[in-house]
This record gives sequence, structure tokens and C-alpha cells, in this order.
Amino acid sequence: MFVTEAYGQETAPAAESGYGAEGGAAPADAAYAGTEVPGEGGGAAFPPFDTSTFPSQILWLAITFGIFYIFLKKVIVPRLGAILDVRETRIAQDIEQATKMKADADAAVAAYEQELAEARGNANTIGQQARDNAKAEAETKRKSIEADLEQKLADAEARVAKIKEAAMQDVGSIAEETASAIVSALGGNSAKGDVSAAVKSVRS
Amino acid sequence: MVPVRRGLERTEAGCGLRGQQVASPDKVDPIHQFAINKIVDLNIGGFDVSFTNSSLFMVVTVVLTSAFLYFATSSRAVVPSRMQSVAEMSYEFIANMLRDAAGKQGMRFFPLVFSLFMFVLVANLLGMFPYFFTVTSHIIVTFCLAMIVILTVIGYGLYKHGLHFFNLFVPSGVPAILLPLVVAIEVISFLSRPISLSVRLFANMLAGHITLKVFSGFVVSLSAFGIGGMAGAVLPLGMAVALTGLEFLVSFLQAYVFAVLTCMYLNDAIHPGH
Repeated sequence: MFVTEAYGQETAPAAESGYGAEGGAAPADAAYAGTEVPGEGGGAAFPPFDTSTFPSQILWLAITFGIFYIFLKKVIVPRLGAILDVRETRIAQDIEQATKMKADADAAVAAYEQELAEARGNANTIGQQARDNAKAEAETKRKSIEADLEQKLADAEARVAKIKEAAMQDVGSIAEETASAIVSALGGNSAKGDVSAAVKSVRS
Repeated sequence: MVPVRRGLERTEAGCGLRGQQVASPDKVDPIHQFAINKIVDLNIGGFDVSFTNSSLFMVVTVVLTSAFLYFATSSRAVVPSRMQSVAEMSYEFIANMLRDAAGKQGMRFFPLVFSLFMFVLVANLLGMFPYFFTVTSHIIVTFCLAMIVILTVIGYGLYKHGLHFFNLFVPSGVPAILLPLVVAIEVISFLSRPISLSVRLFANMLAGHITLKVFSGFVVSLSAFGIGGMAGAVLPLGMAVALTGLEFLVSFLQAYVFAVLTCMYLNDAIHPGH
């Protein structure tokens, strides 16, 4: 302000005439052209230092910038702020949700793993049990069959012994008959008692 | 050739009329782009407050930016469209800047910093269009914007901290002998803030546009000398193209610097103790 005011006062009369003449078209150029070399003799007005235009510029700047400031303050800034806020909260929410979902998924995976481990453990015990049971059953079955077989073997042995006995008995009588037949064939007359006694002595 | 001849005639006519050296309108005048022309005459309380081309471009800047921000965000999509992305990026750019510089409490000034940044940025960029007026190339405009910042800083500082706000000028841990000197330096640096803030933006825009115009002017004047001139004009043409790119960078950079410094000054209002 200081510099411009001083300069402006110095050049005020010339500036005023120049400014006034600017309204027209062709003559204005001619009148204005004297300012081509500003500062030469101080008679010419350099437009930015032309104080006669200051009131107009100040007033119109105040009006336009004032309206602009109020418009931005009342409409644009709240609106842009709201847009950015909404986006920020939306992103924060989404991230939160994603984090929650991830935690859920992790928990589900952990639960699944746990269940799987449990199931595996169960399966093992069940298998073991089944195996043990089957083994025990087989053992008892085997034992009973063995016992059965032993019994049968013993029975069979007894029967064989009996049959053998019977057979031996038969062998005695056959031998007596054969012997008496042989004796009679030889012309002897053998007593039945003698023959059997002889057979008995041979056999024993 | 015809326009040049006509220009010469006009120059002669001008000489006769004004009795002094007058440039023709065909000659490149790098200052002409900053001239303020009345569109609607207005006079209130003895002040000339006409609606000028400067006012028109202020209105254009505000309407364009407001419309863009309004329609880009009208769908309020969670997944933004391209336009909405741009609006959101500018919002977050300034929000981060303010939060870093002035902390959470600084966010109450967000609408101010955001509107300052958008206004300066769009005004600068609009100025890059040929034949468009650059609002920020006038010192009074940038000075008013800077005063908005400084008055906000002083007003809020005094309201919030009372006289403790002036601790801003008294850094702690300075020896008593040096204190008057340091306080004087601090006061001067504080007072120079609105000037440096406004002059930086104004001078950058002004100088950039003048340079651009001068180099473009070389192209036009050299081309008038025939084939050789046209060949010679390639160099300034390349410069003009490069400068245009640079000016776009400067347009953004100056808006950014303005916003960053605003944030830092606001930090002083919120936390006056160093």
C-alpha cells in the first residue's frame, strides 16, 4: 500500500485521464499508448499502480470473493468433508467387517481342525476296540474249538481203543476156531478148553 | 503489409493529435494486457466503482470455480468420478497443508484458505488464456487478499489470546539487552508480511505475462522482415512456448505459496508463543 499510494498520488492526474479514455475503443488505444514506456517522466500510468481503478477493484473483489467464500463455506466444504467422511467410515467399516470375517473363518478352521483331531482319536480308539474285541472273540472261539477238538480226539481215541479191544476179542475167538479147525484137520480131537487156553497163552 | 501501413498512418494521426510519440496498436505493447476497461459505469459515493474487465474476470473466476466444485461433487459418490477426484484432491491438498502447518485447531480456517487458494489458482490459470485479463496481476487485488489473511490473523489472535498475542513479537530465551532489537525486527517482519505476500503474487504474475508478451512480440516483429526474419523468429517462438509452460507452473506455484504462507501466518494466530 505504501509504495503504491505514493506512486499513485504522483501519477494520479495522468492516470485519471488514461483511465477515463479507456472506455472507448480506437481512441483509447491512441491515448493509452503513451504508457508504453512506464516511468518515463512519470507522466504515464502503469495500470496496476493506477489508483483510480482501486475502489472498483476492491469493491468487486470484496463482492466476488465474499460470495465465493460463503458459498465454499456453506456448500462445498461441508459437502466435500461429508463425502470424505463417508468414505473413511465406509472403509473403516469394511476393514472391520473383513477382520471380523477373517476371525470367524479362523475360528471355524480351528474348530474344524479340533473336530477332525477328535474324530481321528475316536476312530483310533474305536478301531483299537474293535480289533481287541475281534481278537478276544477269535481267541475264545479258537479255545472252544480246540477244546471241542480235544474232546473229539479223546472220544475217538476211546472208540479206537474199544474197537481195538473188540477186535482183539474177535482175534481170540478166531484164533481158537482156526486152531481147533487145524487140530481137527490134523486128526486130533481137541478139547475146546485146551485150545482156548493155548491161544490165551500165545496171545499174552 | 496492409495492417502495418494502416498502423503507420494511425501513428501519424496520433502524433498530430497528441503532439508526442505514440505507438501504433499493431506494435506490441506488453503493458496493454493489464489495462482496466470499464464495462458498466458505476459511481457510488464519489468513488468510481465501475464494473470493469477486472471485475468480469473476478466473476468468471468465482462462477467457474464454484460451478466446478458444485457439479463435481453433486453425485457424492463413494467411488469418485474424475471431476470429483479433482475436487477431493484440492480439498485434501489444502486440508493436509493446513493441518501440518497449524494443527487440528487450524482447521477452523479451512474455508478461508481453501477459497483463497482456489481463487488465486483459477484467476492465475484463467490469465493464461490469450486476451483474458489476469486478476492477480494487479497489486491492489493481491494486497486485499493478503490483508484478509493478516487481519484474520490479528483479529483471531487478539480474540483468542488477548494481549498474549503480542508474545509473538517476544521470542523466549533472548537476552534482555538484545530484546528491543529482536522485538523491533519481529514487528517489522510481521508488518512486512502483507506486503511480501501480495507483492510476491502480483510481481510473479505481472513479470511472467510481460515476459511472455515481449517474446511473442519479437516473433511478430521479426516475422515482418521477410524470410530471414521468420527464421530468426524461431528462437523467440521457442522461448514463448517454454515460458508458457513455465507460467502454468508459476500460476500453480504462486497459489500454493500463497496458501502455505497463509497457513503459517494462521499458525501464529493460533499458537503465538514460538
